[in-house]
Amino acid sequence: MFLQLYICELIYYIILASKNRTGTKKAVISRRLDTLFSNLNDVFQFLMRFFRETFLPPYEFKEVVRQCYEVGYKSLPLITMTGFITGLVFTKQSRPSLEEFGAASWLPNLIAIAVVRALAPLVTALICAGKVGSNMGAELGSMRVTEQIDAMEVSGTNPFKFLVVSRVLATTFMIPVLSMYAGFVGLMGSFINVNDEEQTSYTTFFQQAFDSIVFLDIFSSLTKAILFGFTIGIVGCYQGYNSSKGTEGVGKAANMAVVVSMFLIFIEETLIVQVVAVMR
Amino acid sequence: MEKVKFIPDTNKSVITIKNLKKSFGDLEVLRGVDLNLYQGENLVVLGRSGTGKSVLIKVISGLLKKDSGYVHVLGYDMEKIVPKELQYLRRKIGFSFQNSALYDSMTVRENLEFPLVRNRRNLTRKEINLAVEDVLEGVGLLQTINQMPSELSGGQRKRIGIARTLILRPEVMLYDEPTAGLDPITCIDINNLINEVQTTYNTSSIIITHDLTCAKATGDRIVMLLEGQFQRQGSFDEVFNTDDERVKTFYDYNFVK
Ligand SMILES: Nc1ncnc2c1ncn2[C@@H]1O[C@H](COP(=O)(O)OP(=O)(O)OP(=O)(O)O)[C@@H](O)[C@H]1O
Ligand SMILES: [Mg+2]
Repeated sequence: MFLQLYICELIYYIILASKNRTGTKKAVISRRLDTLFSNLNDVFQFLMRFFRETFLPPYEFKEVVRQCYEVGYKSLPLITMTGFITGLVFTKQSRPSLEEFGAASWLPNLIAIAVVRALAPLVTALICAGKVGSNMGAELGSMRVTEQIDAMEVSGTNPFKFLVVSRVLATTFMIPVLSMYAGFVGLMGSFINVNDEEQTSYTTFFQQAFDSIVFLDIFSSLTKAILFGFTIGIVGCYQGYNSSKGTEGVGKAANMAVVVSMFLIFIEETLIVQVVAVMR
Repeated sequence: MEKVKFIPDTNKSVITIKNLKKSFGDLEVLRGVDLNLYQGENLVVLGRSGTGKSVLIKVISGLLKKDSGYVHVLGYDMEKIVPKELQYLRRKIGFSFQNSALYDSMTVRENLEFPLVRNRRNLTRKEINLAVEDVLEGVGLLQTINQMPSELSGGQRKRIGIARTLILRPEVMLYDEPTAGLDPITCIDINNLINEVQTTYNTSSIIITHDLTCAKATGDRIVMLLEGQFQRQGSFDEVFNTDDERVKTFYDYNFVK
């Protein structure tokens, strides 16, 4: 389906390009549609360039590590807090309904499934879209505006590799790690509440929690997190790297990085849930 | 303080441009530019704001694509150049940006190292340090080596920007408004630096400016960009010894104010 869509887009784009070359400034269908398609084409080129540059040497290992540190380590406090509170509050709010059926002892199972399958990757991705994505959009955007990216290019270096590839790789590696961490912290939050109310011991809680999780849950959770991380990186870098001139462009890049990546994260979440439901 | 003129060999052209055209949408910026940069000379490009001076050198360095015309840089045809050659060519071109374009997340040292370590992969740590200190000393700013760009003054940033391009030992230098926004004394420093670079590094340079003092102090030859074309060229006096209103206003504006 995606392929067909892309072929349509490509045909349209070729018509568009040939029209432009002959100098006729009239839009093919409408100006808005034209921009949409040429933007889609830009995004596709950007993605292709990313894959090409990722695998071609030379590699910027040092910069990837530095970005991993920026993305991963610096998000830790925020992720710890949100993960913990999510687990705690979710447990607290779920208890009454479960107690109604006399199933309060099932809380650890319920929480584990909810946290691992859905909450941890989603919360991590949304937090990082806000924190990391906007940062990338703004940082690359202002580098574009102040011609720092051009300066890298004219000095015979490859700004795409140094700036974009390293950042996208960093989010793709670190969001899954952060997501697992968020899951663990979330379960801890939940444990504190359960322990407080029902005096469940640590071992019983985690025994119960891990019993209810199957391999597919962890697998799909990680896949999601990797995809979310990739999305955040690519969207943030795309917006920043292609931001228009002027300070307004920087603000817009940061803003679009967050809006677009959050939007895509929800779409991806919905799609993956469907796929996993079929696999189950 | 006019400089001692360098007489270039007109057979050795490092940059050749013929009938270059470039427009953005409906805005025709360059409308048929012809230009030769000869080996070893300082060529000053004068022109009012918005006439496309920056666009011209961005086309030369391959940052912007021309619409039509013929652009040859150091023997490479910019139309047919492949990415590998372009990268090789860019090492030989130093581009000093209008706003310096220092990498503001890096210190001065890292700024200078950035192009060096990526273009010469087999240098040792010691050689890198030596090269960095050497070129910083050349621009007289060795003491700023560990500072961040945000801690530098405009004139210092300009000089660090020039140092960053010199570290690759370029054959061609492109200066985009090297003296814009600086006080007269600092301007003289920069002018002297440009002349020093010409003699010590043996570069051929294009200096873009609308500062006539800078043009006079650094230029061996001057061309004037008017309405998208080079209308006048020659030495400083030749260019301004004219009845052309547009040239005269430019001259008056610079010296009467
Ligand atoms: N990337 C771009 N997209 C659209 N228009 C551009 C672009 N770059 C330059 N222009 C337009 O081209 C014209 C010339 O710009 P340029 O920056 O070359 O001027 P300049 O001669 O360097 O002026 P200044 O002395 O102020 O630096 C301007 O009118 C500008 O709007
Ligand atoms: Mg300019």
